[in-house]
Amino acid sequence: MSRPVPPFEVLVASHGATVLRVCRALVGVQEADDVWQESFLAALRAYPASGNVRNWEAWLVAIARNKAMDHHRAAGRLPVPASDDGPEAAGCLAAAGGDDVVRSVEAGQDADRVWAALAKLPPKQREAVVYHHLAGLAYAEVAGLLGNSEASARRAASDGMRSLRAHLAQDREDCS
Amino acid sequence: METEIDTQAIDTQAKVPMPAELAALVAGEATALDRLTGQFRTAAAADGLMDVAYRVVDSPVGALLLAGTERGLVRVAFAREGHAAVLDSLAATISPRILLAPARLDAAAREVEEYFARRRQAFDLPLDFRLATGFRREVLAHLPDIGYGHTASYAAVAALTSSPRAVRAVGTACARNPLPLVVPCHRVIRSDGSRGAYLGGADAKALLLALEAGTA
Repeated sequence: MSRPVPPFEVLVASHGATVLRVCRALVGVQEADDVWQESFLAALRAYPASGNVRNWEAWLVAIARNKAMDHHRAAGRLPVPASDDGPEAAGCLAAAGGDDVVRSVEAGQDADRVWAALAKLPPKQREAVVYHHLAGLAYAEVAGLLGNSEASARRAASDGMRSLRAHLAQDREDCS
Repeated sequence: METEIDTQAIDTQAKVPMPAELAALVAGEATALDRLTGQFRTAAAADGLMDVAYRVVDSPVGALLLAGTERGLVRVAFAREGHAAVLDSLAATISPRILLAPARLDAAAREVEEYFARRRQAFDLPLDFRLATGFRREVLAHLPDIGYGHTASYAAVAALTSSPRAVRAVGTACARNPLPLVVPCHRVIRSDGSRGAYLGGADAKALLLALEAGTA
């Protein structure tokens, strides 16, 4: 029995933010807008997908992941999801001024520093963190994207978060 | 089946709580998304991928959903019909490639506004009648014959059709009119002069008739 296919607008409204996070994490904030557009246009072109899509969010994230890979292939380089300033520059810049320090403490972390720390993770851990913790996909869906088991996805996400915290702590020490 | 229930649960579950370390990454997302969705709708329309465009306008009879295809206005829906449910139904019957695209319905929105301001008596819009077929379509074709400010009974409308005794079927055709207001089913009333049912509600029918009679 096939489930009803929602109006595409519902997908844009419900999952646009998730896809943007994934794009930013995989190709960087600057390039993410283009990849987001390409992903949603490709999704709309294919919509409603043939076969049995059980989770539209995971379907969109899979399309965005493919578009991000295409993007890297076209650019002839490996994924470097960092800000354009480079990790070190961004990290210390954020902690430089008094106001910035206060703000970044209040906000928890500065975005550039977190993107930079995320970029330092091994690809599988980075993707697991992004899909589960940032995009909010269940481990079963993360495993589907990474082509591994749910247990492996869970472990990669948990290892990834631990490394991320270590990188952020190291970052704070370097800048102080 | 258990697996079926599981996958449904995944789709509707609450989001995974985000670790505090990542919170900075989503700040300011809303502004970027507004810009991206705007650009996306423009690109989708340019690529011919938008099968149904819609917008919602305010009116004296409540929020009205206006939906159109490349052929013309295809659906006008009252709030009491449930706009989300109407969009779901358009997804099932026409195409799920449905996007919010206010500009595509500018002309329809303007004419509706003029109608409620009593500056317009007849609508001049391309209409897509694909949601009404057969006898229902025939009935709708006759409704514009009832002039602004006038009414006709269900029986009188039936008399105009190929089935002059199909009074009840005329009632059904009016009740399921996909283009209320624009195709004036509110001008069809009972033979005893009482207003009868209306898919926008009895109050909306009364308001429209009073508006047209100049007594609103």
